[in-house]
Amino acid sequence: MSAAIRVASFIGLMLVSMQSWAEYHLNLRPGVTSFSQGAYDIHTLVMWICVVIGIVVFGAMIYSIVMHRKSRGAVAAKFDDNLTIEIVWTVIPFIILGFMAVPATKVLLAMEDVSDSDMSIKVTGYQWKWHYDYNVGENAQDISFFSNLATPMEEIHNKATKEKNYLLEVDNRIVVPANKKIRLLFTSNDVIHAWWIPAFGVKQDAIPGYINDAWFKTDKIGTYRGQCAELCGTNHGFMPIVVDVVSEADYEKWVASKKESAAAAEASSNKTWTKAELIEHGKAVYATNCVACHQASGEGIPNVFPALKGSAIATGDVSKHIDIVVHGKTGTAMQAFGAQLNDADLAALVTYERNAWGNDTGDAVQPADIKAAR
Amino acid sequence: MSSSTNPDVYFIPEPSKWPVVGTIALTTTIIGAVTSIHSGAINLILPVGFLMIAYLFFGWFGAVIKESLADSYNPQVDKSFRIGMLWFIFSEVMFFAAFFGALFYARTIAVEWLGGAGNNAMTHELLWPAFDAVWPVMSNPDNTKFVPPKEIIEASGLPAWNTAILLASSVTVTIAHHALRANHRKPLIIWLAATVLLGCTFLVLQAEEYIHAYTELGLTLGSGIYGSTFFLLTGFHGFHVTMGTTMLLVMLIRSIKGHFTADKHFAFEAVAWYWHFVDVVWLGLFIFVYWL
Amino acid sequence: MSAVIEEHHDDHDHKPTGIGRWLFSTNHKDIGTMYLCFSFLMLFIGGTLALVIRAELFQPGLQFIDPELFNQMTTLHGLIMVFGVIMPAFVGLANWMVPLMIGAPDMALPRMNNWSFWLLPGAFGLLIASLIMSLMGMGSAPNFGWTFYAPLSTTYGPDSTDFFIFSVHMMGISSIMGAINIIATIINMRAPGMTYMKMPIFVWTWFITAYLLIAVMPVLAGAVTMMLTDRNFGTSFFSAAGGGDPVLFQHVFWFFGHPEVYIMILPSFGIISQIVPTFSRKKIFGYSSMVYATSSIAFLSFIVWAHHMFTTGMPVATELFFMYATMLIAVPTGVKVFNWVSTMWKGSLTFETPMLFAIAFIFLFTIGGFTGLMLAIVPADFQYHDTYFVVAHFHYVLVSGALFGIFAAVYFWLPKWTGNMYDEGLGKWHFWLSTISMNILFFPMHFLGLAGMPRRIPDYNLQFAEFNQIASIGAFIFGFSQLILLYNVIKTIRGKSSEKATDQVWEGAEGLEWTLPSPAPFHSFTTPPTVK
Ligand code: HEA
Ligand code: HEA
Ligand code: HEC
Ligand code: CUA
Ligand SMILES: [Cu+2]
Repeated sequence: MSAAIRVASFIGLMLVSMQSWAEYHLNLRPGVTSFSQGAYDIHTLVMWICVVIGIVVFGAMIYSIVMHRKSRGAVAAKFDDNLTIEIVWTVIPFIILGFMAVPATKVLLAMEDVSDSDMSIKVTGYQWKWHYDYNVGENAQDISFFSNLATPMEEIHNKATKEKNYLLEVDNRIVVPANKKIRLLFTSNDVIHAWWIPAFGVKQDAIPGYINDAWFKTDKIGTYRGQCAELCGTNHGFMPIVVDVVSEADYEKWVASKKESAAAAEASSNKTWTKAELIEHGKAVYATNCVACHQASGEGIPNVFPALKGSAIATGDVSKHIDIVVHGKTGTAMQAFGAQLNDADLAALVTYERNAWGNDTGDAVQPADIKAAR
Repeated sequence: MSSSTNPDVYFIPEPSKWPVVGTIALTTTIIGAVTSIHSGAINLILPVGFLMIAYLFFGWFGAVIKESLADSYNPQVDKSFRIGMLWFIFSEVMFFAAFFGALFYARTIAVEWLGGAGNNAMTHELLWPAFDAVWPVMSNPDNTKFVPPKEIIEASGLPAWNTAILLASSVTVTIAHHALRANHRKPLIIWLAATVLLGCTFLVLQAEEYIHAYTELGLTLGSGIYGSTFFLLTGFHGFHVTMGTTMLLVMLIRSIKGHFTADKHFAFEAVAWYWHFVDVVWLGLFIFVYWL
Repeated sequence: MSAVIEEHHDDHDHKPTGIGRWLFSTNHKDIGTMYLCFSFLMLFIGGTLALVIRAELFQPGLQFIDPELFNQMTTLHGLIMVFGVIMPAFVGLANWMVPLMIGAPDMALPRMNNWSFWLLPGAFGLLIASLIMSLMGMGSAPNFGWTFYAPLSTTYGPDSTDFFIFSVHMMGISSIMGAINIIATIINMRAPGMTYMKMPIFVWTWFITAYLLIAVMPVLAGAVTMMLTDRNFGTSFFSAAGGGDPVLFQHVFWFFGHPEVYIMILPSFGIISQIVPTFSRKKIFGYSSMVYATSSIAFLSFIVWAHHMFTTGMPVATELFFMYATMLIAVPTGVKVFNWVSTMWKGSLTFETPMLFAIAFIFLFTIGGFTGLMLAIVPADFQYHDTYFVVAHFHYVLVSGALFGIFAAVYFWLPKWTGNMYDEGLGKWHFWLSTISMNILFFPMHFLGLAGMPRRIPDYNLQFAEFNQIASIGAFIFGFSQLILLYNVIKTIRGKSSEKATDQVWEGAEGLEWTLPSPAPFHSFTTPPTVK
């Protein structure tokens, strides 16, 4: 078999297998919304057109490689020009492109029409988590929360077996009702992120200072996962998105439970905690909010994220410690967590940091201290 | 050694140290500049770098002038130089195009969108409800981060004068060129000197304007998109005027020394082209930055 | 037209000696050689970074490097490959071949030529120094991707970003001067009778590439300059708080960036257009349509940039415009592909290494072009964007496109450069190993992207494990195959055991460069040849 045929058949095989693997979700997935289906269809169309053109072009080339080789005694022909055929192969591709452009335009126009939505959710990208706000537009609800990566660090560092949804699990999922047109408003708190759920066919950049929108509507109840799709710094690979599409009734239940827990958090900020309670709660809060940078060991990443273990701030003046956690440090990755966590969480955090990893200050910070420092 | 006045002879310069000197000079300057920026104070490396660049210019152009005076260049080399200069100026045009592009984008797209235009109603409503999309931007979306200017510079004042000055200088340099072509040395020197003078006046006025903007109008690099585009465009233009004026000055000195003849004076022409280019950029600036 | 070369005090073909020959060179061949060696070195550095990436991605979980370093690897890999490998290699080839092909003694502006080269070690010295510092624990190297989007690279960029900015300035100066030189050479140094429409296609493609370079490199310089002032002098080009827009950065960057990708392919098109006729023993089919197609690609490249930005929330009309314009590029590119195939059609083909690489180029580049076309379709791009599907696309056009073109050129012209034949057997090994492993490496990335794996991530969900493993295996085979090339080139240059090359080298070779002795003399054409 000639060399070139081997290459061609190799590529051909790969192309074919792309289709046969489709059941195993190696091709694009049709998804659960009208335009993820649209995107899938146009993807399939264009791919097959390309395959056919490829077969024609590569076929001609392979034929020539086989038949017109010098070793077979081929003598070179003299032609080097043919206006007719050149016009033909300029015009035909043009027409083929037209056949792709029309359906593509249709799908796109449908996607960009965000009018008449049933509810809006504001999605804000943070380094490296998502924040969801249900309090805009129609059917506004007084709900807002952060959604952090929930995969344990042990799995990431290969110290525990990885679960099925490795890196695609969060602590707080977005919950939305099925069969409703949900409008998403994207923005960012720091750098550009991109919110992407493949099954919805939605990928939009979250740009600081601007709001982009997109929408989706699906009747398929289920859990859908995605990831941040725009390089946003160190932990870009660790900011997943999980959406639960539920029935109307379940959605109402979820709204009620969210409100309850908000009230409970309020209450917890008003009581006085014991040191042990603070440390225990603080450890959990630390694990979701701070490990990404300062690491579970409290040692940070040299030159990028400072160690808290033995750090001057975490072992020195409490007010400075509270200050940097609550207000962050502008111009660095250290955000103002005062805007993200409640007083109880912050108090627990600071207490934990001041007593973990050999930072034996013995201090216990109460929610009231945080309130005073805000 | 064959005579280079023969037009059929190829010219290839001898090996030269200047390119390597150039790289070392630039790298040094860069290290100096970045370390100075980071420490907030100018350190020693930066001036050393600048000195090396000055040495480079003197040396490299000195060598070219020497070769030119020795009549080593034939018409073919001359044409290569012309092509080179022409496309160099084109690349400069594209450099300014990037900043003009930024200005147009900011004016017609960014600011409008922040004010809610197009499909950006939510941007305005949720993020910057207090922001008013007007140009010049006298109140930024976030006035704590970027303190807006109190006032901006009117086109009819200094800028109008500067326009007149630059336009006049384009005329004077052309008159000088005609004088050169007619082999009239005296008018050449007078008109060229006038051009240099006009260039300097422009720069002085520009400096005046900057001082005024910074000290009285609160118009700074940090005063939002208006200040950003204003200073970057006028600043780079001013830098080009400085380079152009320096080059004109060199041409003046060379004219006085009698380096040019009526039909061989490419260096002069190149500088004149450059000067016209700087002038045209200014017209763009005057219209789009100051006037409209 | 009689002419002798102005040799100053030197005799004909007297070469300067020692290190000074290279440092102070004004000779197009020596400068070309330095460009090519530099690019080869960078290929190994950039390739090693790629192997680090592939090693980390071999399995899910974090194994070798932390996410921060991973981002630096990706960034420097992209930057080094684009600005340090492909572009310098092309300029090196232009330096060597353009004067030979148009019958000139040297480049038009030889001294500037040398500076264009020597700026590169300075620029990459700064860039690589920041990586070494980072490895030694002093700060972080650029970590925002080769596209360095604001505000990740401005407000949030590490300190080394400012070095990066100036290093890009230096590369820009280098490219602009190189391009001006090539333009001046082509316009002004052609031998008598060498009209524009008689120029070899390689010269044509470089001519057009040079215009792309001077049109867009200054825009890149503008982009990094705005970054510099945003970072250090308080401007707000890319900050909404001051009335700017982060997306403005992307517009400026891609106005440069898209023509840039054609800068990285057009010279390869030219190389293929030299090689295919040679080994088909037949004239190139449709010479003039090749020239027009190249010009159309160059023209269109200025009005398609926003196809990299479909997810940034541009108005629909804008998206549609850029989609249509992008799709149009398939037409002239198709013309080129069809012309190559027609050149082979009814030829008398032989398959030496340059031809093998050229054929692989046509196959694999076309596949990469097809995926490019898929990416241009906006609704589908929402799914592909920033996934490994894009990574697969651009490695098909860059590795089996640009890089294979360079490999083909090296084999094609090495005998002319050195006077020695390369080892054909090793060449074939290099070809087959590279071509097969290249597909093992990059083909699975299509599946990964379609299945939803984002790019620029150091760790991934288990569903992506198998294909990543396959890709990583391919990467290591591909990487180590390049050592064969290195060995073969060194062996040919030393020439102890090599067959001597004839002047014409290849049976079907036509053109001025093949009329000169092999190796080509230090000053190419001391008397201008006359072209019929
Ligand atoms: C050498 C470099 C090179 C080349 C030549 C191309 C060629 C093309 N590219 Fe590619 N591209 C890149 C390098 C290149 N690209 C890089 C580096 C990126 C990523 C940058 C980053 O984000 O880091 C990228 C990304 C990229 C995107 C953005 C994807 C995304 O981020 O979402 C898009 C979208 O439109 C695109 C499209 C195209 C198209 C339409 C072509 C066309 O020119 C292809 C034309 C060729 C053909 C179509 C095949 C031959 C034609 C025929 C046989 C004729 C008949 C065919 C038909 C009618 C179908 N490219
Ligand atoms: C022409 C350009 C070019 C070339 C040739 C390559 C070549 C390769 N690239 Fe390329 N790549 C890019 C341009 C290029 N790339 C760009 C622009 C990006 C985007 C960056 C970004 O996202 O910002 C990218 C991104 C990119 C990614 C995605 C990273 C990410 O998203 O996180 C990956 C992952 O697999 C990858 C892999 C490879 C591999 C394995 C090769 C191989 O082909 C390399 C093979 C070569 C060698 C391996 C050299 C030989 C070395 C040895 C044999 C080792 C011996 C060692 C010593 C002697 C010390 N590249
Ligand atoms: C996105 C990354 C990131 C996250 C998440 C993060 N930090 Fe930080 N943190 C930083 C950086 C960067 C600094 C260094 C700021 C500077 O330059 O002074 C820092 C500094 C600190 C310091 C001061 C340390 C010292 O000695 O200088 C404390 C205390 C701290 N962070 C606590 C926290 C707590 C508590 C959390 C979780 C609620 C947290 N950080 C989450 C990035 C982060
Ligand atoms: Cu957020 Cu990537
Ligand atoms: Cu592009």
